[in-house]
Amino acid sequence: MAEKKIKLMQGNEACVEGAIAAGMKIYAGYPITPSTEIAELSAAMLPKVGGKFIQMEDEIASISAIIGASLTGAKSMTATSGPGFSLKQEGIGYAVISEVPCVIVNVQRGGPSTGLPTSPAQGDIMQARWGTHGDHSIIALYPSTVKEIYTTTIKAFNLAEKYRTPVMLLMDEVIGHMREKIEIPDADEIEIYNRKKPSVKPEEYLPYKMKEGDIVPEMASFGEGYRFHVTGLVHSETGFPTSNPKLSEELVNRLVNKIEDNVDDIVEYEEYMLDDAEEVIIAYGSTARSAKSAVDALREEGIKIGLFRPITIWPVAQKQIEAIAKKVKRISVIEMNTGQYYLEISRIANQFTKVDKYGRINGELITPEEIISFVKEG
Amino acid sequence: MPSELVDKYFRTEFLPHIWCPGCGNGIVTRAIVKAIDNLGLKRDDVCIVSGIGCSSRASGYLDFNTIHTTHGRALAFATGIKFANPDLHVIVITGDGDCAAIGGNHLIHAARRNIDLTTVVFNNNIYGMTGGQYSPTTPTGEKGTTAPYGNIDANFDLCNLAQAAGATYVSRATVYHANMIIKQIEEGVKNKGFSFIETISVCPTYYGRRNKKGDAVDMITYLKDNTINKVAYDKLPEDKRGEKLVIGELYKGQRPEYTDEYKKIIESF
Repeated sequence: MAEKKIKLMQGNEACVEGAIAAGMKIYAGYPITPSTEIAELSAAMLPKVGGKFIQMEDEIASISAIIGASLTGAKSMTATSGPGFSLKQEGIGYAVISEVPCVIVNVQRGGPSTGLPTSPAQGDIMQARWGTHGDHSIIALYPSTVKEIYTTTIKAFNLAEKYRTPVMLLMDEVIGHMREKIEIPDADEIEIYNRKKPSVKPEEYLPYKMKEGDIVPEMASFGEGYRFHVTGLVHSETGFPTSNPKLSEELVNRLVNKIEDNVDDIVEYEEYMLDDAEEVIIAYGSTARSAKSAVDALREEGIKIGLFRPITIWPVAQKQIEAIAKKVKRISVIEMNTGQYYLEISRIANQFTKVDKYGRINGELITPEEIISFVKEG
Repeated sequence: MPSELVDKYFRTEFLPHIWCPGCGNGIVTRAIVKAIDNLGLKRDDVCIVSGIGCSSRASGYLDFNTIHTTHGRALAFATGIKFANPDLHVIVITGDGDCAAIGGNHLIHAARRNIDLTTVVFNNNIYGMTGGQYSPTTPTGEKGTTAPYGNIDANFDLCNLAQAAGATYVSRATVYHANMIIKQIEEGVKNKGFSFIETISVCPTYYGRRNKKGDAVDMITYLKDNTINKVAYDKLPEDKRGEKLVIGELYKGQRPEYTDEYKKIIESF
């Protein structure tokens, strides 16, 4: 067995390493705290592996450039934080409707607006879901350790390719800047998914035609002989705009359902001490780390508590949360916002159990002690 | 009967186009495919990127690799395409609102990078798609639905802007000077760098009617009578130059091209 590569790595660095392992070939971005290391490391590393980095003039240009790059077949990524995430919503919607795979990293900081640039927050949970206009579904992932940032970044690329959709990789200032030990897997241990290329000749190719049994249409690249049209307008399977009501409804439903019908494939989560739990904490990202410590401490006191940690934030792990809600007396949603994911958990769990929230929006991390007191207060 | 060019380069199944009678956009679109034909480019190697607006519907009608992007962002999408695949000939179709208002920042930065894109602006001096609001190129004093008492903004000289920002080929023609547009697009594509071709189009429906410019023929005749070629203009003494719009090749320069420079970085490892 080959010797494992063990490194001390920053979260943002693990994101770039993971992206390159996933096959990232183009990064376009704009500097913004606390995501900037992702741009800096991409600039340093990409040309060494035949990839390319470009610093665009703004956030909208960055996401536009990665969509363009992805259409030539290159796996592409951009990274940002709150203010930039707001600007990228235009391009995110375009990538949704035109079904162009790409990865958008959002290392969250305090908001709204310029907010608290160097402090963590989890205030973009709902913006990740609904930030771009119009009906759509979205995939958003949220790792909580440096090692998981590496693997989840790879997963983000794989899901983008598989479902032909923009995938959000949510982080926060704490996990982005935290350093931890990470064991880099060998290349042959990493599963890579590449978009499905056309199985028909160019003259028979329709860019948005679904093949029986497929999740998404087969995707050609610009410049390889399949001359097709891409638009942000509602389009038929030809790729050409249409305002036909039936085709419009079919398209938007297909875009939503390709994700909602495959929740089991997309959803990933960690269950910690849930087997006999009478009470459960739901937390994600850096907050989940404090929550885990709190669970350990409370268990030592004999309190039967567990943690459900969604790694996939969107689509929500509805089935799993419903099952937990049916078993426990109380669910506490702990997050660095005023209760964004709490709204979603309440929608699922309220009919079965008590759902409480604990939030914090002052730029400070939620500590295990705070969570312990909150749980004990009942 | 459609012309040979239409059969060869248009997606005839998506015609007729959406443009109004008398619109100049068809003349510019034809010039683009004629230039491609003259240059002998393979359709598979050409990528047409457009923004939003009347002009930008052109991409859908053309049988190349085509993308109709978001408003103002055509150059940013095109930058990503060209950067990822420098073998493609990337031609950007944009309008005066798309390119100079919402996309103005992308224009100056694409020019600054001297990335090898050929940008063709369909300048009709108005927002046509939304029904005739004044644009950054609506002349001062003229009317739009949002300038009912006359436009008090100064209008942009887009060619000066592109040149100052670093474009290495800058030219202007009008839809009266159809052959000049073709020649300029050919030169723009041949230029290894950022090329900027402003074509003065006409919008009889919104700009023309509101400003009492007559019909399409009157508007195109006006372009004939009120333009002067740069070669002739340069020979005139300053006091004789007058107010006519200068057309022709306005600037040619040489600077390192962006994707070439990046390739050198990759090759250094």
